Amino acid sequence: MSIMSKGLRLVGALIILGGIVILAIMFVPIQRTPVQTQVASDAVAVAGNGEYVSRLSDCLACHTVEGGKPFAGGYSIDSPLGSIYASNITPDPEYGIGNWTLSDFRAALYDGVNKEGHLLYPAMPSANYRKLSEADIASLYDYLMNKVEPVAVKVPKTELPFPFNQRWGLRLWDWIAYKDPGFEPRYNDSVLDRGAYLVEGPGHCGACHSPRTALFVQSGYTAEDSEFLTGGVIGGWYSPPLRGSNSVSAYWDEAQMVAFLRSGRNAHSGVAGEMTAVIEHSLQYFSDEDLNAVAKYLRHISADTESQHRDNLEAEKSTAAMLLEASPKMELGARLYLDNCNACHFSTGRGADGVFPELVGNSMVLANEQGGFLDVILNGAEMPSTATRPARLRMPGFRDRLSDDEVAALASFVRQAWGNNAQPITAKAVSEVRASTIE
Amino acid sequence: MARTDPKKDVVIIGLGWTGSIAGIELAKEGLDILALERGADRDTVPDFQYPNVADELRYGVRYGFMQKPAKSTVTFRHAQNETALPMRHLGSFLPGDGVGGAGMHWNANTWRPQAEELRLKSYVTEEFGAGIIPEDMTIQDWGVTYEELEPYFDRFEYMLGISGQAGNVGGKIVSGGNPFEAPRAREFPMQPLQMQLAPRMFRDKAEEMGLHPFPMPAAIASESYVNEYGMQLGPCNYCGFCERYGCLNYSKASPQTCILDALKRYDNFNYRTHCEVLKVELAADGKTATGVTYFDEAAQEEVFQPADIVIMAAYSLHNTHLCLLSGIGKPYDPVKGEGVVGRNYAYQMTGGTKAFFEDIEFNPFVGSGSSAYVINDYGTNQIDFAAEGFIGGAYIHASQLNGQPIRNLPLPADVPSWGAGWKKGIKDWYGHSMGVSLHGSNMANRDCYLDLDPTYTDRHGRPLLRMTFDWKDNDTRMSQFMKEKIERVVAELNPTSFKSSYKDTGAHYDIRPYQSTHNVGGTVMGTDPATSVLNRYQQSWDVHNVFILGAGSFPQNIQYNPTGALGGLTYWTLDAIRRDYLSAPGPLV
Repeated sequence: MSIMSKGLRLVGALIILGGIVILAIMFVPIQRTPVQTQVASDAVAVAGNGEYVSRLSDCLACHTVEGGKPFAGGYSIDSPLGSIYASNITPDPEYGIGNWTLSDFRAALYDGVNKEGHLLYPAMPSANYRKLSEADIASLYDYLMNKVEPVAVKVPKTELPFPFNQRWGLRLWDWIAYKDPGFEPRYNDSVLDRGAYLVEGPGHCGACHSPRTALFVQSGYTAEDSEFLTGGVIGGWYSPPLRGSNSVSAYWDEAQMVAFLRSGRNAHSGVAGEMTAVIEHSLQYFSDEDLNAVAKYLRHISADTESQHRDNLEAEKSTAAMLLEASPKMELGARLYLDNCNACHFSTGRGADGVFPELVGNSMVLANEQGGFLDVILNGAEMPSTATRPARLRMPGFRDRLSDDEVAALASFVRQAWGNNAQPITAKAVSEVRASTIE
Repeated sequence: MARTDPKKDVVIIGLGWTGSIAGIELAKEGLDILALERGADRDTVPDFQYPNVADELRYGVRYGFMQKPAKSTVTFRHAQNETALPMRHLGSFLPGDGVGGAGMHWNANTWRPQAEELRLKSYVTEEFGAGIIPEDMTIQDWGVTYEELEPYFDRFEYMLGISGQAGNVGGKIVSGGNPFEAPRAREFPMQPLQMQLAPRMFRDKAEEMGLHPFPMPAAIASESYVNEYGMQLGPCNYCGFCERYGCLNYSKASPQTCILDALKRYDNFNYRTHCEVLKVELAADGKTATGVTYFDEAAQEEVFQPADIVIMAAYSLHNTHLCLLSGIGKPYDPVKGEGVVGRNYAYQMTGGTKAFFEDIEFNPFVGSGSSAYVINDYGTNQIDFAAEGFIGGAYIHASQLNGQPIRNLPLPADVPSWGAGWKKGIKDWYGHSMGVSLHGSNMANRDCYLDLDPTYTDRHGRPLLRMTFDWKDNDTRMSQFMKEKIERVVAELNPTSFKSSYKDTGAHYDIRPYQSTHNVGGTVMGTDPATSVLNRYQQSWDVHNVFILGAGSFPQNIQYNPTGALGGLTYWTLDAIRRDYLSAPGPLV
């Protein structure tokens, strides 16, 4: 046998092996994660708890379109690969999950696989939801099946381009992305463990607030992973870190953390962007105990680092004095600030508690990812209406009033005023955000 | 074609201050509520957003947020022997139009009436004898006392978020406040606004003269504030765009900033805009209302909206108009002195002195609707009516409202009113003046009233409301009394010159220049059905499921801006509805 034929046979064998592997990936049924803790067969879901778990997990945010019937799906998640439509999870037997067993439902949350055994696109954060307790899944199932109105509406089919439409490929991705199922208490402190469970599991905070790898896999799923919650980027917006020296967890006290989570506003900041809906649909419904647990946990995992946040009183005074002097010779950015922003955020850049966010040390203002800051200047932002703070306080957009050059000068000024220290912003960056946020 | 909609528990006519309060207080009870607003929907953003709203021509001069005479106006005459003509351009008073009503374009001066004002006739009779009351003066008691209303004034003030300095907390006089006010249960929720130069100069001089200046109680936030509904205000930046404008800064209390987003969270509350109520419909026996008929602008049709309770929360003039059109209460007849609806219409006495200082630059563009120091030394409860020959009183104030050049450009008396001399005068004097003004009571009179016009109709074919009103000697005497007091302070300020403008004896009411949107009476409250439309709970004597809120309830005008009084009365009435009426609908008195 010649070397060449040997080589050919080897290649052939590899091709066959590869084919078998691919066929196996495609056709060997997916094993569902074994049950973590047995829920007694006669266990009765606690009344109301299932609805609460749905709030904790923010199911509504994706599984309902604005103005649509709850949980009827159809919401489009715009991934870089194309639109992924959230499914109908009402108990409608044809278009919803009416025929699903608890085990089917559990597999969707734990293993990212539907009743038919098809893998779900990871817009469904099963990599986080697989930390949900069996009891919470059971009560969530009970709620969706028995308390939610069935809606016979078909959601649009998700059609991604090749090769992303080959769902079997997700199996490989899942192998990389999915870590151990279930949640292990680790703090020997029921409050911290509850906080960890909420953040890492149902709250799936890491999905936005953790960086992602080249394969778009979330970096870390628990506080033991060093990159977990160290900040991410979503839709061109900076999703700020929730741990570490540059996080609000190291800077704000617990009361301010809780106020922000509950209402999207506190003495320092006001919510904008995607997080607005998280507060409106999920966080405002957290019990006081659970919000405290989340705040305590986030503060705890940042406790070993000192906040980088430093008030630079000299710089604050000098910027405020320059603005108050209102010299006609002041630079364009400062003048634009006086003419457009000063009314609410004031010459101090400190705004007012709960109403006008601080610009000093504001993570969105200072982010390397400038999309969020520019989006807010151009298009404004609105705080959500919540039970404790119902006012939809709204900052108007300045899209029609300021040119790209002017927004760049203004934004650059704010990024360097009062001791802020971030790179200037170019008119080109403004132009891009302006173009991508046409309403 | 008229359509009939499904029945509601409550229909509210108008979504300004009183309608919004009624909405949220009754929504809490779980009632199914519909509010009908004749004007547009409005919110801070986009309707009051910076910088668009700071447009003096559009909103200050052309009345962008006000009632449009083409759609709704009044006819006016001075006396019964004249023929009233319709107002085709509003001037003296400017009712609001749209969600928020006049509660979004006010100056936010927020006062409680004096205890004496709420029982004026008894007070005058006890202190000075009934003999001093002129024959045609029809003043009366309100039927409710200050002590009863105190908790409701308190609640209204904390809902609005008042910046101010209390003068009498629980009977203890607090320095820096109004020492002549009735006792309040606690301090104001926020410290006073910062004061600009004009009010500070007035304060210093008044103090020097032994008077008692204090900061105007302002429904404008001096710091961040959260009210009982969780609604929020941010600190004022003194941009000077209060009166005639919506606040661009979430600083001025309005239905928008204080109630509406909280109210909109109730699924059992709904509101419709561009829906003008034409009539309240009564049952055959006339003892209850069955609902309202309104014109739905979008559908271009009349709609009958059945309801168990009708809350009339429109502007005072419109509440009276609707009563006359609907047959609620007997119309007032001034000849016989019988009937009640339209009776005791009263207004507000204003006037003042402008002082010019060639060496002082006031920067008038820094200010707010309530940036003022006030003295109450010549208030209703401080004056010897028998000695002075009039009944009533006023507060005197120096405000720094705004520097808007079209409307706020006072010039000394010797500057011509046009041409090169006028232009020079503007250059010389813009920003060099301050005003000291009176804001005073107006007593009700037998021949000052509202009824239906016999000639003119509105676009729906309904007779217009006719106003018959003029100043009386009692009130011009009060005005002249105040003039003397004000000019004395102004002279002490040592200005380069000053000029005064006060109503004098024989002066006729001029309905063209702006004076105040404080039209009161017409549906007054009281204890006697022969002299009041409403009982002490602002409930119709005749139609028990109709409640009428607002300044129409005032039997005569107090010396203060009406909002604080009508806000307290609104909470008082809503409390009675919740506590007593819902469980046993019927007359509360």
